[in-house]
Amino acid sequence: MEFLLEPFAYDFFMRGLLAAVMVGALCGAVGVYVVLRGMSYVGHGLSHAAIGGAIIGITFNLDFYAGALTMGLLAALAINQITKNSHIKLDAAIGIVTTAIFALGVAIVSKLRNFKQNFEAALFGNILGITDQDLMMIAGVTVITMITMFFCYRTLLFSTFDHEAARIFGVKTNTVEFLFSLLLTLSVIVSLNVVGVTMVAATLIAPAITARMLTDSFSRMIVLAILFGSVTGIVGMYLSYIFNVASGTTIVLFSTLVFSLSLMAHSLRRQ
Amino acid sequence: MRRVWQVLMQAIMPSDAQSHAAIELTGVTAGYGKHIVFSDLSLEIASGQFTGIVGPTACGKTTLLKIILGVHPAITGTVRLHNHCTDSVKPGGLGYVPQLGSVDWTFPVTVEEVIMMGLYTNGRYWPWLSKTERISIHAMADRLGVYDCLRQHIVNISGGQRQRTFLARALINRPKLLILDEPTSGVDIKTQHEVLHLLGDINREGITILLTTHDLNAVASHLPWVICFNRGMIAQGRPNDIFTNQILTQTYGGDIVIVKHEGHLLIANSTPLNFMDDTK
Repeated sequence: MEFLLEPFAYDFFMRGLLAAVMVGALCGAVGVYVVLRGMSYVGHGLSHAAIGGAIIGITFNLDFYAGALTMGLLAALAINQITKNSHIKLDAAIGIVTTAIFALGVAIVSKLRNFKQNFEAALFGNILGITDQDLMMIAGVTVITMITMFFCYRTLLFSTFDHEAARIFGVKTNTVEFLFSLLLTLSVIVSLNVVGVTMVAATLIAPAITARMLTDSFSRMIVLAILFGSVTGIVGMYLSYIFNVASGTTIVLFSTLVFSLSLMAHSLRRQ
Repeated sequence: MRRVWQVLMQAIMPSDAQSHAAIELTGVTAGYGKHIVFSDLSLEIASGQFTGIVGPTACGKTTLLKIILGVHPAITGTVRLHNHCTDSVKPGGLGYVPQLGSVDWTFPVTVEEVIMMGLYTNGRYWPWLSKTERISIHAMADRLGVYDCLRQHIVNISGGQRQRTFLARALINRPKLLILDEPTSGVDIKTQHEVLHLLGDINREGITILLTTHDLNAVASHLPWVICFNRGMIAQGRPNDIFTNQILTQTYGGDIVIVKHEGHLLIANSTPLNFMDDTK
């Protein structure tokens, strides 16, 4: 029993746990829209653009978040414009825009060999790396996102379900799209330190698709995805401490296990 | 005496519904980039009318609907709905039912959640329904025969119930104009009949209806007014007047056979495929 309670004695673990719960809930809520809009690859791409931006920002003596936010937003807007004004599909636009920004960051790292940042933590997440500033950023973005999603629930649902009909019915779909891109970019950026660049996509998708297996109602899907995101955040963080592996990997592996169980339950129910 | 006075007044001063066009297109040219779909189209659909647009695939029906709905800009010309530009039409003043084929049936929404969407522009920001909204949804669902499946997922209901669910979403804000994109496609003949009868009832309440369809027989038997369209207006009028061999051949570019049977028009392609008949 003492072994199980041991990690709670450490300040870094409590900070990491709090961050993982908030990131889990945040990615759970945003992930529902990501999955239903067929944008599952966006999280993966944006995280790469954000980390590329963070490197560029640090190189120019800017804050990690300032660089990540600038390049993440630029990437989101560029993807939106390319898909809107050409015959290029979303997956191709994500592939070129986000990889180009990531490549720029890597090129800068290669050029400046004296770069001091811990990139293993950035790639796979690290509970030791959660600072008070990270916690504040995660809390701020979680609160802003949840409030926005609460009050824009109706328009977000309508434009996600049927974009053209929503526009005809008077929903300001361009504003909704911009707002969603902004919230998604912010969510990806604040999740980077907890789950890492390579794991953000799964953190966004897994809770949403797990919830989808268990309900046919949109409102219940959101509540369940937030719940699954938070629980997998807690358990994943705990497993990270016990097995001494990167937090991003344990969160993603545990959420994949939960998804597999819900998939089995869904299949059994249909038989 | 009062009755005579009312008739006289109606004759001299037509009602609001009669005096304004619900849809008015003037000199509209439409297309995508350099590809012009139709040019210099002028069209007027009277308020309170129940009109069907027919024409072959890729004749510009969908483009015409998109221009009227304000989701595709006209290259030149003006589009006015109830005397307002399409971009200034009050949200809720226009009801729209998409093609069922374009709906994502795997999306996790119940029938009630779909009807709720029609109320999303009424200025209320809370995610849940108010008491008034719930009463309004239940009354509409009851009227259109989908009350019993309000809690069901949209994929688990019949084709007719799906059509009526989207019709309920379009009507929940009591629009003056209802536009439907191919409401008879993808449903069986009995459901087609039910849907068109229901639309007739809605039209009698004063709602102007415009729909596109490929089903000439359904139009001939249910709709009072029809527009034959092929990259421009070929003809418009009552089905009995304009469903002639000449006009339909001009619209579809092939021979069409028209048979009159007990007062009904039956329309068929004149070149049926020849199959081997084993019964002979």
